Amino acid sequence: MESGMKIRVLVAKPGLDSHDRGAKVVARALRDAGMEVIYTGLRQTPEQIVEAALQEDVDVLALSILSGAHMTLLPAITGLMEERGMSDVLVLAGGIIPKEDIPMLKECGIADVFGPGTTTDELVHYIRGKIESEAKNLE
Amino acid sequence: MGLGVFAKDKVDLLSKEESRWEEEVVREWINRLPERRKEFLTTSGFKLKRLYTPSDVSGLDYMRDLGFPGDFPFSRGLHATSYRGRLWTMRQFAGFGTAEETNKRFKYLIREGDTGLSVAFDFPTILGYDSDHPLSKGEVGICGVAVSSVKDMETLFSGIPLDKVSTSMTINGPAAVLLAMYIAVGDGQGVPRERLSGTTQNDMLKEFFAQMLCMFPPKPSVKLVIDIIEYCTRHVPRWNPVSISGYHIREAGANALQELAFTLADGVTYVESALERGLKVDEFAPRLSFFFASYNNLLEEVAKFRAARRIWAKIMRDRFKAEKKRSMWMRMHVQTSGCTLTAQQPINNVMRVTIQTLAAVLGGAQSIHTNSFDEALALPSERAVRTALRTQQIAAHESGVADTIDPLGGSYCIEALTDEMEEGVWGYLDKIEAMGGVVPAIESGFFQREIADSSYKYQKEIERKDRIVVGVNDFHTEDEWIPVRLLRVDERASEIQVARLKKLKKERDAKRVEEALGRLRRDVEEDINLMPAIIEAVKAYVTLGEICGLLKELYGDYHELIVI
Amino acid sequence: MTHAEKLIRNMLKGDKRATARLLSIVENGLPQAQEAISLLYPHTGNAHIVGITGPSGVGKSTLVEKLVGEIRKKDQTVGIVAVDPTSPFSGGAFLGDRIRMQSLSTDQGVFIRSMASRGNPGGVARATKDAVKILDAAGMDFVIVETVGAGQSEVEVMRIAEVVVVILAPGLGDEIQALKAGQMEIGDIFVVNKSDIESADRVVVDLKSTLAMKTTKDGWRPEVVKTIATTGAGVDELMEKILEHKEYVESTGSEKTRRRRVQNEIESILREKAAEHVMRLLEETIQFNEIVEAVGALKKDPYTAVDELLLNVTAKPKKEGEA
Repeated sequence: MESGMKIRVLVAKPGLDSHDRGAKVVARALRDAGMEVIYTGLRQTPEQIVEAALQEDVDVLALSILSGAHMTLLPAITGLMEERGMSDVLVLAGGIIPKEDIPMLKECGIADVFGPGTTTDELVHYIRGKIESEAKNLE
Repeated sequence: MGLGVFAKDKVDLLSKEESRWEEEVVREWINRLPERRKEFLTTSGFKLKRLYTPSDVSGLDYMRDLGFPGDFPFSRGLHATSYRGRLWTMRQFAGFGTAEETNKRFKYLIREGDTGLSVAFDFPTILGYDSDHPLSKGEVGICGVAVSSVKDMETLFSGIPLDKVSTSMTINGPAAVLLAMYIAVGDGQGVPRERLSGTTQNDMLKEFFAQMLCMFPPKPSVKLVIDIIEYCTRHVPRWNPVSISGYHIREAGANALQELAFTLADGVTYVESALERGLKVDEFAPRLSFFFASYNNLLEEVAKFRAARRIWAKIMRDRFKAEKKRSMWMRMHVQTSGCTLTAQQPINNVMRVTIQTLAAVLGGAQSIHTNSFDEALALPSERAVRTALRTQQIAAHESGVADTIDPLGGSYCIEALTDEMEEGVWGYLDKIEAMGGVVPAIESGFFQREIADSSYKYQKEIERKDRIVVGVNDFHTEDEWIPVRLLRVDERASEIQVARLKKLKKERDAKRVEEALGRLRRDVEEDINLMPAIIEAVKAYVTLGEICGLLKELYGDYHELIVI
Repeated sequence: MTHAEKLIRNMLKGDKRATARLLSIVENGLPQAQEAISLLYPHTGNAHIVGITGPSGVGKSTLVEKLVGEIRKKDQTVGIVAVDPTSPFSGGAFLGDRIRMQSLSTDQGVFIRSMASRGNPGGVARATKDAVKILDAAGMDFVIVETVGAGQSEVEVMRIAEVVVVILAPGLGDEIQALKAGQMEIGDIFVVNKSDIESADRVVVDLKSTLAMKTTKDGWRPEVVKTIATTGAGVDELMEKILEHKEYVESTGSEKTRRRRVQNEIESILREKAAEHVMRLLEETIQFNEIVEAVGALKKDPYTAVDELLLNVTAKPKKEGEA
């Protein structure tokens, strides 16, 4: 990446649940790792999340969901992103997501799913690795 | 009556002996085998000593600090015979899909001899949205049952006489509306209001800094809480109008001390507000109840529960001048911790829940909910729910810990930790008072910051392996056994619910709806108790979303203050 | 067609993604930034630029949300640039203004962009000004710039605004004293938010007495407005004052004001570029290293050193001109 550029991340909580402990810990850890983090707050619709990701021109969209509605909401988000030409944004999901749902979510454009027990360091390394290799490919 | 347990001269002698032991025995031993860690900390940051002896509790006055079960300050329990008379209530929180499905489940439970029903509502209901609201998409009936109108409530309790059961409703922002619906269903069944019994969680303060399910700004939220307390005191005397909750504070990331201190601060605020409303303390205080979490650090948790009872009794007697014993009672419901459950090697969670259940029992809880071991993977499956209930039954019938009262009481360590917990709580209460109370502390982000800091610190401790979580940062295994079929909610439930709601909105008497909403608006403007107007509204088939929508319009919508 | 040209063409057609990309280019100070600004500059000049500043915790974002609501009632569009500080320890930032503007999040007439200060006062000021130009060229009727605090960079950012609104709230103790130096100088309208708190009236009185004799460079007498952002009370009055100020400036010679702002901006770009230019020239010379060493060895003082260096640089172009 060019110097002076920062990784921009939108941490978003789709769904009506308010379990935001994980989202907040992630937001703080990414900030402490030198990234610029925008948090949407709770209970965002897919439209709100995609609009925010678009206006903020983020590199990464990190979605945290624990309400059980992930199979409805996450594909809705990636669908809207595709419509708006945002397939280059790295979309990650975390929360309570059963393993058997992961393949289908990946097909819908979720790059990876991080379950409980993921360390914040793992996440930071993953994001850095992905974004930096992408930047290299562009060069 | 002062009744010191240890004579000062004996304790002095003992202290000398202890120093000798440290210098001669311990030092030599440590030279050969160093201790595992430099210091051993509880989650609240209390430094556990190597060994506790009478010199750590030398100031203990038995009657002042412990008392007998059923006597002030209730450190050893609320009831004279504790679990020897009656075991705690095993109250498993459940609810899913449509009102019909949950009704069937309730009837099954009643046939099995259960009389304590506990309703989990889905997220739209919890937030005051009808099932057909755009934000409800994908959430209807998922984490609980959907109730948008009194019709749904009728279905939920159809064939269940409300004077024969007690019903606990986990509902906060829209608590007034759901209680009104319950009362309306009771009226329909011909059950007098004074015969209804149950609980509404109705603790809005913790929503602003922990659970974050809020609808209106803090002041009108507290007003509604007090409306319910006042209404119940006058008309539904067997109802527990509020369950003051530390559980969500803990699960949001607070440590045990913060959980207890912030919950007690909320409790003080409700009592003050109810007194300001003109209620007398002994009229409403007996019906206040509490709800805490139980975590894995058994010693700290037991100390927390014991300290909780003691502090509340002191607050009620000394500060609010309560006279009835029942007003000083802290009755508590305890739930094991969802946050401690791991997705890795999920069967290990059964052991975690067991330890947490033991802590709750040794702490003297009145009722317990045990979590299911698959909760970190998905919504709990039926088999896992059953295992959770069995865990309580094993604790009750096989472990023997329920057969004598407060068996850990008098342990030097437990008593010292109980004192330390109490001291920490008074410190926090003074601090919150100095900020002007709970509401100003919420508005300044105090609680939110405290909780966010604790949860981040905890996460980092795990990542640095200062704390070991089995299966997560140590003791990994290659082939994990994920044992159960996970629960899937039938999507048709949501369609049925939305269709039924649309039909209701078309068929009801529009004029009655308008009049009822008009009365509610007037009552809000006149700032009087809203319960009568809300009961009238739900009887006119005004929906949950419509009532909450009007209140949001009048009180202002609220965005929680988020501190990261 | 260059990348910048393509983005600008799309932006002018209403493509929000292109607008967002252009904002990233100026934010990151990428090489295409200057080209982009020079291409879109002719399309600017339509938006009314409102600066909003004040200490943290006074309810700025909530007030901005409500103010935008007022503007949207008149069916006009709004761009928002919200600047938050970068952590000096990690270089990361938490950009939290959006949380308090949720009612605007899917409004197609609103564009919100969060920016971090990135630890470089000059940099953030320039990036913010360029971001305002982009949103202006994108056709926004209003562009709101929101900053925290009263540091040098915030004051610098506010220079681009046509009207500056300073927000205060009761309970901030000596804040007003601290603000006097910075924001009190640049405010056209002062808002006392959370005016339902008892001590608010004292803040209003304090503020009015501080402002009593003041007029801005345009001859405008600063106004004080009371609001409650959470309920929206007083926000309509704030909107009226913003429009009143606009009319006042327009009726009393807005050309002069505009000229002053343009001159200001040219001067600050000139300062930045001149310094960069001189540094580049000097770094190539052997003399620069020698002088650094001499100052280090206490053989020369830094002022004399700079004079000597500048003499050298200013002499140079002449030589080239002669040749």
